[in-house]
Amino acid sequence: MASERSGNSSDAPIRCSADAVIAAFESIPALLARDATLTARGRWLDVDCLLGVSTQPFHVSIRAGQIVDMTRAPVLMRSWRFAYRATPAALAAYWQPRPPAGWHDLLALTKRGEATLEGEIHPFMTHLQYFKDLLALPRRNGFGGVS
Amino acid sequence: MTGGIIEPIVGRYAHVEIEGEINRIYFEENGSGIPLVCLHTAGSDARQWRHLLVDEEFTRTYRIIAFDMPWHGKSNPPDSQYGSEYRLTTASYTATIRAFCSALGLDRPVLMGCSIGGRIVLNLAIEHARDFRALIGLEAADFQQPWYDTAWLNRPDVHGGEVCAALVSGLIAPDGPEAARNETLWGYKQGGPGIFKGDLYFYRVDGDLRGRTSGIDVNQCPLYLLTGEYDFSCTPEDTLRTAAGIPGARATVMDRLGHFPMSENPDQFRRYIAPVLQDILDKQRL
Repeated sequence: MASERSGNSSDAPIRCSADAVIAAFESIPALLARDATLTARGRWLDVDCLLGVSTQPFHVSIRAGQIVDMTRAPVLMRSWRFAYRATPAALAAYWQPRPPAGWHDLLALTKRGEATLEGEIHPFMTHLQYFKDLLALPRRNGFGGVS
Repeated sequence: MTGGIIEPIVGRYAHVEIEGEINRIYFEENGSGIPLVCLHTAGSDARQWRHLLVDEEFTRTYRIIAFDMPWHGKSNPPDSQYGSEYRLTTASYTATIRAFCSALGLDRPVLMGCSIGGRIVLNLAIEHARDFRALIGLEAADFQQPWYDTAWLNRPDVHGGEVCAALVSGLIAPDGPEAARNETLWGYKQGGPGIFKGDLYFYRVDGDLRGRTSGIDVNQCPLYLLTGEYDFSCTPEDTLRTAAGIPGARATVMDRLGHFPMSENPDQFRRYIAPVLQDILDKQRL
């Protein structure tokens, strides 16, 4: 076999503190509020879910595509339908302006074992592009050097 | 009033007998020379090849042909099959390609397929290498690990077009042209119900080629494998592993490309496919 591989792509995740990743995640409700197109795409979506960093997830309540409440977990006896949680390194890489290959998609992260998708995932699948774009908002808005 | 731009691509229908039934197959073509038949990915159609089809350099030496598989694009299901569950198999896919090439009277064409098209290229290299001048597999491997449950692709409480497009959106490299990304996903939003899932029956269940590719003889027919670095479905490692078991196969990992190189970023893809097409031409002149 003759093979060639050019370029300098790297699978190494970005170095970033967990606190910085959690802080970036906390910016998502405000970023969504400024994104009328994404909000409109979720206009049929009402769900309570658990999202964020595996070490510090958030209870997220979405009504008609808008985040109406986001609270750090755990909250006693609060339920959720599905959870998507990723390692801090995974979200830091996912939010880069040009994420490394294999770190560039929510389901790429689950495939490589850097994120978990659990629970009753029907609302996640009916609004898959919405959740991909929602959780990518820090990328589009400054995390990793883009504004 | 000025005239509009009219592309040189010509589209027609061929009546092709496949497994005992006539199928009305839509195909597009442009150029003259060595026939180059192009296979689209699962759940989409031959529009993915429209940029290659108008390439002025390639069409000087290649007759580039791209067809919609039955059930895809403008090729309807065969008359007897409406209402039945569509399932692509290794046998039916192989028969379709061979019947199409035969119907058009193509003399040992070059065949290039992407994704499921890449997988079937490997099967043709195993079983029918003498029928082809060269084989090119894009995003091709003997097997790759599943990363989602295909049951989500066709159920009444989930919009099939939306979920198919959203799933494959992650297979596109992140910084390609936005319009090309959208156009690639549009093909998935337009697929018939259950067609993407039916194609993946071949990909996931019926078309496992592990243990069979070592019999490929590239001296009979050269084999080129090219995979985008951002393809996490058929990963570069999957392709390189497959190529490592085929003496003489040429494998290339393509930077800044994902699972749909010809449609998600045509200019970037051109950098990689041009030397392959030139190499095939050079071999013809020896």
